[in-house]
Amino acid sequence: MASNAVAPRILEPISWTRKLSNNLLTLFAVGSSILVIVPLFAIFAYLVMKGVGSINWAFLTQAPKPVGEPGGGMGNAIVGSGIILALASLIGIPLGIGAGIYLSEYGHNWLGNAVRFTADVLNGIPSIVVGISVYGLVVITQKHFSAVAGGVALGIMMIPTVSRATEEMLLLVPRTIREAAWGLGVSQWRATLSVTLKTASAGVITGVMLAFARAAGETAPLLFTAFGNQFWSFNVNQPTAALPIQIFAYAISPFDEWHKQAWAGALVLILLIVAAVTAVRVVTSRGMMKGAS
Amino acid sequence: MVAPQNVFANPDPVPNGNQAEGVIHAVIEKPISTRPSFTDRFADRGFKWVITLCALSVLAIVALFVYELIINSQLSLKQFGWHFFFGSNWDPVSGEFGALPFIFGTLVSSFLALLLAVPLSVGAAIFITEMAPSWIKTPISFLMELLAAIPSVIYGLWAIFILAPILREYVEPVLAKYLGWTGLFGGPAYGIGMLAAGVILAIMIVPIVASIARDVMSAVPQVQREGVLALGATRWEMIRVGVLRNARTGIIGAVILGLGRALGETMAVTMVIGNRPEIAKSLFAPGYTMASVIANEFSEASDNLYLSAIIEIGLALFIVTLIVNALAQALVWMTTRGMPARVNG
Repeated sequence: MASNAVAPRILEPISWTRKLSNNLLTLFAVGSSILVIVPLFAIFAYLVMKGVGSINWAFLTQAPKPVGEPGGGMGNAIVGSGIILALASLIGIPLGIGAGIYLSEYGHNWLGNAVRFTADVLNGIPSIVVGISVYGLVVITQKHFSAVAGGVALGIMMIPTVSRATEEMLLLVPRTIREAAWGLGVSQWRATLSVTLKTASAGVITGVMLAFARAAGETAPLLFTAFGNQFWSFNVNQPTAALPIQIFAYAISPFDEWHKQAWAGALVLILLIVAAVTAVRVVTSRGMMKGAS
Repeated sequence: MVAPQNVFANPDPVPNGNQAEGVIHAVIEKPISTRPSFTDRFADRGFKWVITLCALSVLAIVALFVYELIINSQLSLKQFGWHFFFGSNWDPVSGEFGALPFIFGTLVSSFLALLLAVPLSVGAAIFITEMAPSWIKTPISFLMELLAAIPSVIYGLWAIFILAPILREYVEPVLAKYLGWTGLFGGPAYGIGMLAAGVILAIMIVPIVASIARDVMSAVPQVQREGVLALGATRWEMIRVGVLRNARTGIIGAVILGLGRALGETMAVTMVIGNRPEIAKSLFAPGYTMASVIANEFSEASDNLYLSAIIEIGLALFIVTLIVNALAQALVWMTTRGMPARVNG
């Protein structure tokens, strides 16, 4: 249908306008690919250039010093991020995987469709709105900011990514594998967990790691939940520092010393995330469906 | 669920061997039950309940969010009604709250971002699907995944200290000189402002739009390309007629998905837009967005009306992104459905 437009031109020599527009398009496509990648290198180059000088043992192990005093670091924020992310994983990963299993194994009905749609909605909610909603649900109930509230916010944000990945990976497992397990008389829950989920585990882990990497860099949902803290805090019911909040606070501060620390913190954060994403690449390139076929 | 009689108990039968036979008998002596045991059936039911609860938790969370947003914005909803979205005066001291400057800022920065990001994303997607040899394809896709994985706050940090000075020193003077007559590029060039917000948003949404556009374009059947090429088309004509025309709906979906992301983006924008609730014609002027006003003022909202006005902005943002994302999902789904082979989906 669409090809009718060019049909009469068969075997005519290619006119210079057609050649020109063809070359212009090639130029445009190559040029925009380069332009798209340039900011990536620019960001990484500046992160390394500006950040690497301020990373030292004190930066990684100490809490911030008051303004004007040299030294200090983001040790408490790194640990705080760890605590919050651990809580988030406790909430987000089991719920996400459970929802994913439901969607792929039982969810071919109206309820499954409703859950799928709602998970997409949840995925699209701006992170700042997740922040104020969790503020209302957890912080107001608890009456103070806490690592738990931060963990709930990030955990909720992990659910859609994890459940989507789980569902897609489980659907890739051939039905014959499930039938083989059932045929051996294995009960359904054992078959789902030790056969279907295990076969798809590489893909599920990929989804989990991507969700984790995304949660690690989220700032907006933590502003009104974990809130941040200038001191060490290991109590999950207290306001807790997190790397992204600390970077934000230091970046918009007027002090040069803090700007340097913001760059260093950003470098640490991005290294953690790149490590997670690269690990995912390695896992997936080894064969998503190892043993499935 | 019925296991065939004892076949599986003997996975490795050894022919003619008396010793081996004895071993096999020992296995067969205990027959496999053909009915799942009581505990198994009980566990199956329990398992299904647990994972159904996990799935229902998604519904419950979103329902709780909506409830929370509506309840907490009651005060402002009742006090201002629809005027909330048309008033341009945001004055917490005198208790006047109009959200228009934030809506303006959100819309202008997002559309600016789309204007810059869409051509680049489509160009990059064309390069990846139609031109690049596979040894380039994989690294470029990987680099774009990395771009999408960079946290918003790091984009913001980079934008404050690198992008804004570049805009101030090199880009804005040139724009003012040659396009100043439009009125869009007038006034003092701070670097920080609406233009910076639009540019950083564009950089952030390009990987999202490009990767979906790439998926949609690779879902176009190969025969479409071959058919158009066989008619004597050049590569550009092949892409225009064979690929873009078929993938059009999906690409629009990708763009709208990018818009959804841009509307809700908080940290990077908050860091470079200038945070002043003004409606200015010039793109150099500072602005404010719905997401950034929440980020900046939520924790300092001193009275209930102020807090509820900010939460109402959150509610509005939620509803807008919900509509935009649903539209985008529908469009992407319309072009890619049935394309990826699924085993039992």
